[in-house]
Amino acid sequence: MSAIVQIELLTKKYDDGKLALKDLSVEFMKGEIIALLGPNGAGKTSLISIICGLTTISDGRVTVDGFDIQSDYRKARSLIGLVPQELMLEPFETVMGTVSLSRGLFGQAPNDEYVEGLLSRLSLWEKRHSPIRELSGGMKRRVLIAKALSHEPKILFLDEPTAGVDVDLRRDMWRLVKELQAEGVTVILTTHYIEEAEEIADRIAVINEGQILLVEDKSVLMKRLGKKELLIELSESLIAIPQGLAGLGVRLQNDGRQLSYSYDMATEKSGIPEVLGALKIEGIGFSDVHTEQSSLEDIFIELVAER
Amino acid sequence: MILNFYAIKAIYKFEMSRTYRTPLQSFASPVIATVLYFVVFGSAIGNRMTPIDGISYGAFIVPGLIMLTVMTQSVANASFGIYFPKFLGTIYEHLSAPISSFEMVIGYVGAAATKSAGVGCIILAVSFLFVPLKVQHPLLMLGFLLATALCFSLLGFILGLWAKDFEQLNLVPALIITPLVFLGGSFYSIDMLPSLWQTVSLFNPAMYVISGFRWAFFGVSDVPIMISLVSIAILAIVFFAIIWRIFATGYRLRQ
Ligand SMILES: Nc1ncnc2c1ncn2[C@@H]1O[C@H](COP(=O)(O)OP(=O)(O)OP(=O)(O)O)[C@@H](O)[C@H]1O
Ligand SMILES: [Mg+2]
Repeated sequence: MSAIVQIELLTKKYDDGKLALKDLSVEFMKGEIIALLGPNGAGKTSLISIICGLTTISDGRVTVDGFDIQSDYRKARSLIGLVPQELMLEPFETVMGTVSLSRGLFGQAPNDEYVEGLLSRLSLWEKRHSPIRELSGGMKRRVLIAKALSHEPKILFLDEPTAGVDVDLRRDMWRLVKELQAEGVTVILTTHYIEEAEEIADRIAVINEGQILLVEDKSVLMKRLGKKELLIELSESLIAIPQGLAGLGVRLQNDGRQLSYSYDMATEKSGIPEVLGALKIEGIGFSDVHTEQSSLEDIFIELVAER
Repeated sequence: MILNFYAIKAIYKFEMSRTYRTPLQSFASPVIATVLYFVVFGSAIGNRMTPIDGISYGAFIVPGLIMLTVMTQSVANASFGIYFPKFLGTIYEHLSAPISSFEMVIGYVGAAATKSAGVGCIILAVSFLFVPLKVQHPLLMLGFLLATALCFSLLGFILGLWAKDFEQLNLVPALIITPLVFLGGSFYSIDMLPSLWQTVSLFNPAMYVISGFRWAFFGVSDVPIMISLVSIAILAIVFFAIIWRIFATGYRLRQ
């Protein structure tokens, strides 16, 4: 696979002196779905804004399909569609009007057939003559997606696409992303949630404080970092770990009211059936069982420690 | 691709559709305001006024009224047109689109000028209902109307780019542009002023434009027509240069 977006030593310093990106280098591959995973203020939006032309580069270089985003901005930008993080739309304009504007801005001749197909695909066709202020939040987000796709881009940026989105819309959105990928579109999305990155992306780039901590295939990353903990709430507190559980690596905590068992998602056998079986044999009752996944924070701590 | 024509057309259409959505605000209110001016100045006060340069006062104020409306509407339309997307954040799309600042200016300023020139034409048509009127140089008059609309739309565009909030957006027209236009001889001839104020008026760019426009109607003016033509060209160039500079530095658009 070849790179479609190349970012070399990119630095962004805002006017107020805030350093949002520090010598950041990364490549996005043609046809992939890549998630930029990072906490608030990591620099995800800053990175996307630079690639799309919303903010200026302080230092470094970005090319899109070989075109420099500064000197060849027309060619570079016409390949890109952007769905911004915030719902920014003209309230009085109609769905059709705003989507037509987008297509025109990106230099494409009107194409009723394509736009109809696009709006239908996003379940907006019925609403095409409605003013945007009459739409629900989820519909507005779909309008933003329609605008971003109106000029048939080769690269789609989705900045936190699932913020304020319900389960159905999220599922629809992931389906659309997969379909777009099948059509050859490269999709770059940002998220705070590791589960989300895991669900949809091929590769994950972890970004923090303006730097890329790592870029990895999802499966590799999940193996490296995906630790889980099984927590068992006991009906009656124990004083010590019973004989039958002793060899399984179980810990007793919370004044003997909770058993915890760490396992690695990478390994084939989790060992959970053995733990639960031993509880039964020992006759230990429990009121609740749940698991905890290593959070983004844990991963950051681990990654930063590794560097 | 030398110019992104589809983008210019898209911006233009989008801006014009704003006008059609609010026909009352776009057309009715300037027309009503003009009719009021006619009733108050033309009929009530005008009857007591002696003709200026042989032109009845009611007819004399027609070019001034049209200019007053075209200038203020151009500034209002263009400044709002570019300020609103900045305010809403929808400007992100223009910034991410493969368009040059020049294309953006053509789209926005073109639409703003079309609207205000259209309103100017409507007012002219309404004027014929109130006063006997004959336009001596109709083509020049139209040309002047369009040039003024474009020129002041450029000014409005600058204002819209510069304004940080709605207050600034409203204050500049109220404090600077409207006074300049009023004092530029919309309702009087400059020689009716005391000599000090005549001199002051010479520093008012709006005066040259209004004077030229009036010349196209009646063949009389405060300053020679050539000076008016040159002034409006200079204004347009200056405004365009300022816009070019704003875009070149990314000022208040791209951080
Ligand atoms: N226009 C701006 N001017 C000054 N500083 C800014 C500007 N935009 C962003 N920043 C700062 O740059 C840093 C990175 O912000 P950015 O919006 O890129 O983060 P993010 O990863 O998108 O965060 P979130 O997940 O909250 O959207 C933050 O510290 C932010 O405060
Ligand atoms: Mg962000």
